[in-house]
Amino acid sequence: MPTTKTKTRAQPHKRDLRKPVAWNLRLYVAGQTPKSVRAFANRKAMCEEHLKGGYPIEVIDLRKNPQLARGDQIVAIPTLVRRLPLPLQMIVGDLPNSVLLLVGLDLRKVA
Amino acid sequence: MMEGPGAANANPPEIARGKRMKQMKKASPPSSKTLPKASTGIQGLDEITGGGLPRGRPTLVSGGAGSGKTLFGLEFLVRGATQFGESGVFMSFEELIPDLTANVASLGFDLDRLVAEKKLFVDHVSITRSEFGETGEYDLDGLFIRIADAVQRVGAQRIVLDTLEALFGDLPNPGIVRAEVRRLFNWLKQKGLTTVITAERDQADRLTRHGIEEYVSDCVILLDHRIREEISTRRLRIVKYRGSTHGTNEYPFLIDDQGISVLPISSLGLDHAAPVERVSSGISRLDGMLGGKGFYRGSSILASGTAGTGKTTIAACFVDAACRRGERALFFAFEESPQQIVRNMRSIGIDLEPWVGKGLLQFHAARPTYGGIEQVLLLTHKRIISFQPSVVVVDPVTNLLMVSTQNEVRSMLTRLVDFLKTQGITTIFTSLTAAGSLEASEADVSSLMDTWLLLKNIEVGGERNRALYVLKSRGMEHSNQIREFVLTGDGLRLLDVYLGAEGVLTGSARVSQEMREKAVVTFRRQELLTQRRELERKRRIFEARLVMLRAEFEAEEEIIQQTISQSELLGEEVVQDRGQMVLSRQADSSSYKKEGRAKVAPTR
Repeated sequence: MPTTKTKTRAQPHKRDLRKPVAWNLRLYVAGQTPKSVRAFANRKAMCEEHLKGGYPIEVIDLRKNPQLARGDQIVAIPTLVRRLPLPLQMIVGDLPNSVLLLVGLDLRKVA
Repeated sequence: MMEGPGAANANPPEIARGKRMKQMKKASPPSSKTLPKASTGIQGLDEITGGGLPRGRPTLVSGGAGSGKTLFGLEFLVRGATQFGESGVFMSFEELIPDLTANVASLGFDLDRLVAEKKLFVDHVSITRSEFGETGEYDLDGLFIRIADAVQRVGAQRIVLDTLEALFGDLPNPGIVRAEVRRLFNWLKQKGLTTVITAERDQADRLTRHGIEEYVSDCVILLDHRIREEISTRRLRIVKYRGSTHGTNEYPFLIDDQGISVLPISSLGLDHAAPVERVSSGISRLDGMLGGKGFYRGSSILASGTAGTGKTTIAACFVDAACRRGERALFFAFEESPQQIVRNMRSIGIDLEPWVGKGLLQFHAARPTYGGIEQVLLLTHKRIISFQPSVVVVDPVTNLLMVSTQNEVRSMLTRLVDFLKTQGITTIFTSLTAAGSLEASEADVSSLMDTWLLLKNIEVGGERNRALYVLKSRGMEHSNQIREFVLTGDGLRLLDVYLGAEGVLTGSARVSQEMREKAVVTFRRQELLTQRRELERKRRIFEARLVMLRAEFEAEEEIIQQTISQSELLGEEVVQDRGQMVLSRQADSSSYKKEGRAKVAPTR
C-alpha cells in the first residue's frame, strides 16, 4: 500500500533497528472473564494486523499461575506487557481503542 | 491458553472457606456477644482496644509521614506470627523488601527468618506510572490474585496493605481504582482476613489522601507525630471502632528497640491494693518519725526541698536499705550519672556499687530532654516492667518540667504513681523547690503523694543547716518535730533541733546551745555537791555537838546522882541518930519515929 510506504519512509531507522529484534508480548488475564476474553480477541486481531501473526502473544492466566504476577508486577487485569524490545512497556485495559494501544506499544501498521 | 477456567476459579473460594472455618474455630471468645478481636501484641494497644483489632475486618491506620504506620503494620504481623501463631502477609506498595527488612531489623524483627519459616510473606507491589498507557477498562484482579496467592502460601490470617493509596497515584482512571478498592475491602472481609490498611494523612481535616476511610468502617486508628517546643511526641488515637468500646483519648506511644509501645492512661483506675506492710526508710530515726516503722509498702513518697538539702541522699539511703533486704531497686536519675551518684553516696558511707554488681540495683540515667514527657513515662514503664523492682526512685521529678508544661508533668506523674501503686512499688520522688515556696512542690504533685518529707535549709548564725520534717504521712501517726539532718562520713543522722525563744537552732548554734546547757548542768551539779557536803558537815557538827552535850549531861547527871544519894544517906543517918536519941531519952519510940520521919523529909 502506498500509505504504508510513506510511513515506512518517515521512520526508516526505527524499522531497521526493530527488524532483527524478537518480539515478546505477554497478556496477563485472570480466568475467562468477559474483559479477558475481549482483551485476548483484541490482541489477536492487533497482532495479525500489525505483526502479521509472526509474533505470538503469550497469555498468562493468573488464576492458574498466580506466582507469575509478582515477576512483572501485575496489579491490574488485563495487562499487556511488551518485554521485548526494550524498554518494558505495559498497557492496562481490555484494549478497545487500537490507536491508544499502538501508541503505547510503539507499533505501526505494516503492509 | 485460557482453558479450564472452572478448575482455576474453584481454587480461591475453597481456600477462603477453609480459612473462614479455621478462623471461626480460633476466634471463639469466651463471651459470644463481644466482637472477636485479633490481639496486636503491641504493648498497650490491646488494652485500649479491649483486645485488639476487629478480627476478620479491615482497620485503617492513618498518619502523616514518619508517624510509624509501616512499623505498626509490620509489628502487627510479626507479633501475630511470633506470639499468636497467626501468619501474615505484608503487601508493600512503597518500600522495597530489602529496605523494609533492614529498617525493622533494628527493632529486633527478623523478617527473613519469619519468611523462611513461612510465617510471613512480604511482597512488594510496584506500579510505575511511566510504564503505563491506558487502553480501556481494567480491574485489580492481578492484585487480588497476588494477595490470594500470598495468603495461601503462608495460610495467613493477617494482612497489611502499606500504603494502598499508592494505587490512586499510579493507576489511571481513579474511578475504577475507587470501585476496585471497595471491592478489595469486601473481598478481604469475605476472606476473613484481619487487615491493616495504612494511609497517609496530608491534611488535618482528612484521614486519608483519597478518602478510602469511607470503605473502612470498622476501625480507624490515627497516628500523630507532633513537635512542641522542639520536642516530639508520638500519639495514637482510635477514631472509631465499630461494635466495641475503646479508649477515646490520645495515647502517647513510643517507638524504640522493642517496637511500638502505647501507654494507656485512662484505663488505670483508682483500685490498687493498700498493703499494710511497712518498709524501712533506711534511716532509723526517720522510721521513728513515721510511727516507728517507716513507709507503707507501695506508697509514694515525696522528698522535696531546695538545692542541696539532701534529697538524693535520702533516696539513696532508701535504696540501700531495700537492697540490704534483698529487694530490687530501680533508680531513675534525671540529673546525675550513675557513677556520680555512687561516688557521692560513698562519701557519706553508703556504698551502692555492690548492689549494682549483684543486680539488685539498676540505674537509668538520662536527661529528660532526650524525648518528650510521654517518652520518659513510657521508658519508665518499660524499665519497671522489665526489671520488676520493689523500690523505685525518681530523682528529680522537677527536671521533667524542662520538657513539658506543669499540667502535663502532673498528669504524667499521676499516671506513673497509679501505675507504681498497682504494681505495689514503693517510690521516692524527689522534687526541687524554689526557695521561699517550700510547701508548694514545683510540679504540684503533693496531693498524689502519701508521705511528704520536707527538707529545708535553716540559716542561723551565718551558716546553713539541713532540717527535715514530715509534712504529711497518710494513714500513720507521724512526728510533728523538725529534725536536724546531718551528713557524716558514716551515714546520715537525724538530730533533735532546739526550739527556743530565738527560733530553731541548728548546726553551730545548736552545738553552742548544747554546750551552754551542759555548762549549766555542770554548775548545778557542782552546786548540789557543795550543798550536800555542807549538809554532811553540818550533820557531823551536830553529831559532834550531840556527843559533847551528852557527855556534859552525863557528867552533870553523875554529879546530881551523887548528890542525891549523898542526901539520902544523910537523911537516914539523921533518923537513926534521932532514934538513938529517943532511945536514949526513953521516949515513945514508935509514934515519934513516924512523926520524925515525916517531918524530916520536907526540910530537905
